[in-house]
Amino acid sequence: MRPKPLEAGELYGRRADLKYSLHLLKLNPVVLVGFIISIAALLIALISPLLVNPSSWHLQNLDLRLCWNNPAFNWGIGNVFDCPGKIYPLGTDQYGRSLSEMMILAIPIDLQIALEVVLSAVVIGVFFGSIAAYVGGILDELILRITDVFLAVPGILLAIVMIVVMGRSLFVLTLAVLITWWPFYVRLVRSQVLGEKEKPYVERLRAMGAGGPRILFEHVVPNSIYPILIQATLDIGSVILTVSALTFIGLTPSPLLPELGNLANQGIQYFFTAPWLILFPGLTILVISLGFNLLGDGIRDIFDPRLRR
Amino acid sequence: MGKVATETVLDVNNLKVIFHTYAGDVKALDGVELSVRKGEVLGLVGESGCGKSVTALAVVGLLPPNAEIVSGEALLDGTNLLAMGKDELRLARLRDVAIVFQDPMTYLNPVLSVGLQITEIIASQPDLFIPEMIKNRLEEISAIEKSNGGLTRELQVEREKLQAASDTNRLGNDEQKRLTQLYAISILKSVRLPEPEKVFKMYPFELSGGMRQRAMIAMALVRRPKLLLADEITTALDVTVQAQALQLLQQLKEVIDTSVLLITHDLAVVAEVCDRVAVMYAGNVVEVADVTELYRNPLHPYTQGLLASVPRVDVVAEQKSIQGSVPDLMFPPSGCRFHPRCPKVFEKCPNAKPTLIEVSPGHLVSCFLFGG
Repeated sequence: MRPKPLEAGELYGRRADLKYSLHLLKLNPVVLVGFIISIAALLIALISPLLVNPSSWHLQNLDLRLCWNNPAFNWGIGNVFDCPGKIYPLGTDQYGRSLSEMMILAIPIDLQIALEVVLSAVVIGVFFGSIAAYVGGILDELILRITDVFLAVPGILLAIVMIVVMGRSLFVLTLAVLITWWPFYVRLVRSQVLGEKEKPYVERLRAMGAGGPRILFEHVVPNSIYPILIQATLDIGSVILTVSALTFIGLTPSPLLPELGNLANQGIQYFFTAPWLILFPGLTILVISLGFNLLGDGIRDIFDPRLRR
Repeated sequence: MGKVATETVLDVNNLKVIFHTYAGDVKALDGVELSVRKGEVLGLVGESGCGKSVTALAVVGLLPPNAEIVSGEALLDGTNLLAMGKDELRLARLRDVAIVFQDPMTYLNPVLSVGLQITEIIASQPDLFIPEMIKNRLEEISAIEKSNGGLTRELQVEREKLQAASDTNRLGNDEQKRLTQLYAISILKSVRLPEPEKVFKMYPFELSGGMRQRAMIAMALVRRPKLLLADEITTALDVTVQAQALQLLQQLKEVIDTSVLLITHDLAVVAEVCDRVAVMYAGNVVEVADVTELYRNPLHPYTQGLLASVPRVDVVAEQKSIQGSVPDLMFPPSGCRFHPRCPKVFEKCPNAKPTLIEVSPGHLVSCFLFGG
């Protein structure tokens, strides 16, 4: 597909550049798929309270202790293990809840955790990473050795220990994943800033009497942020995978919680009775994390100056 | 040119700088003596690696970490820049000494607009700039008054407000922002950038090399520095743009009261814009003179060789050059550093170092032939 020839005056400038970026996006169908999946996931997450009553996953007036792993108890109250059909598009689970509704409730929970983790990791990474690189010396060593401590322990194991120690809640889950995630960002930002701070314009700023914080946070960080944004996009998918893995092995605040990993965990117990219970949550995890990965890959391709022009 | 000024802005005395490297110590500057007079353009010429840029960087305290200033002082209006504390030096850089670097392509931050990069200088220390900004705006308003033969009601109100504010030197936040922007635009206009309002919002990648160099000069001029160090500002530009940049430099020298230290290896540029010239060789200033005097009557053998090696269009002859090669400053020659290449070398040269002495009024040479 050839682009429409540009008119005079349209070749340079910001609008032309944006147009060119969109053109590149169109040329790359894989990115487009990733883009659509990510946008769709975000949209579902945003409108989910309108689609489904957010509190419908609680079993009202029921003692939860009686419900746990006791599907027989609930057989009377709903349409337990209904096949996917007209009334329940994706069937129902062992408590008689509609799986499609539960998944619509699950997507915002997973996305929220992923965004929280990635954003916090980026903020922590930018702050400590850039300071480590810019100041150097003992501070640099100190920050790097602290990241080493966290990187030395296998991530999932560290998260499991944290959840077991601090108790099961969504907050602790987020915190646990964040604890395993931030060191990578500190190192990534540090490496970027190390390259950026040697550039001539930094010398010019110093010659103009600019102070350290101004040079670092207003000039160097904005210049080194692109690779970090790309990594963040890629990592949204990875965090969703990690969180679902943790909840899949049972580290969930409540077995009833509609969270993709937890839904899959509950579903696997009824693999032969109701295979849709594991199939659909599993597929959703796959598709969403794949979508964000493709998007991140695509953004990298589009931003890469070597591929432009 | 021709204006007699004797008050000096910058005095560099006996500046010695050593670079510590893995292979050994490089004696880059060996007692540089230099003075820039008020309101003049002093050209600093010499071949690559003779220490021109190191001198400038040493003055503003931007030498790389492996450099050591062994001795010497750089007096800016009597205060030693080399002995300043960190904050003091930062303020001096902000207010008094500006440096413009050679490559306009890489010395601008690519992700911020030109306007932002200029206004942030002001925003970092607004108190320093408020009187200047108010004065500038008042002048603009009177210029409008002159050309239109009157003022609109709005401008009259603005003038009254500004006059009131100039007594207290206080401005409201919005007012300060507005004035900062106007001031930045007027500076962009003064460096002859076309459509300064548009350039204000542009990003460096949208500007040509010459425009970027002007934007850099504008950034230096916003501060109305006492001294402008221009480090090979013409090297990265093509010849037509070079001429514009040099013309600009001369005009600016007259408009705002700034002294310029123009570092270059281009003798034609020196002849074009400088009032005086200092010639450097291997970390020493070997000759200082008025530009016409230097070109008519070069005394130091190195200066003679340098001038003789400039190719000429009107003379068909083999290109002359100075024999030998640039000394390795890790093991500099003894005595006068030029003696191994000097055509007029005699016994004294390798044994002692000549000093810079005044041979005739305003003409200083460091050579034993003239008594040094």
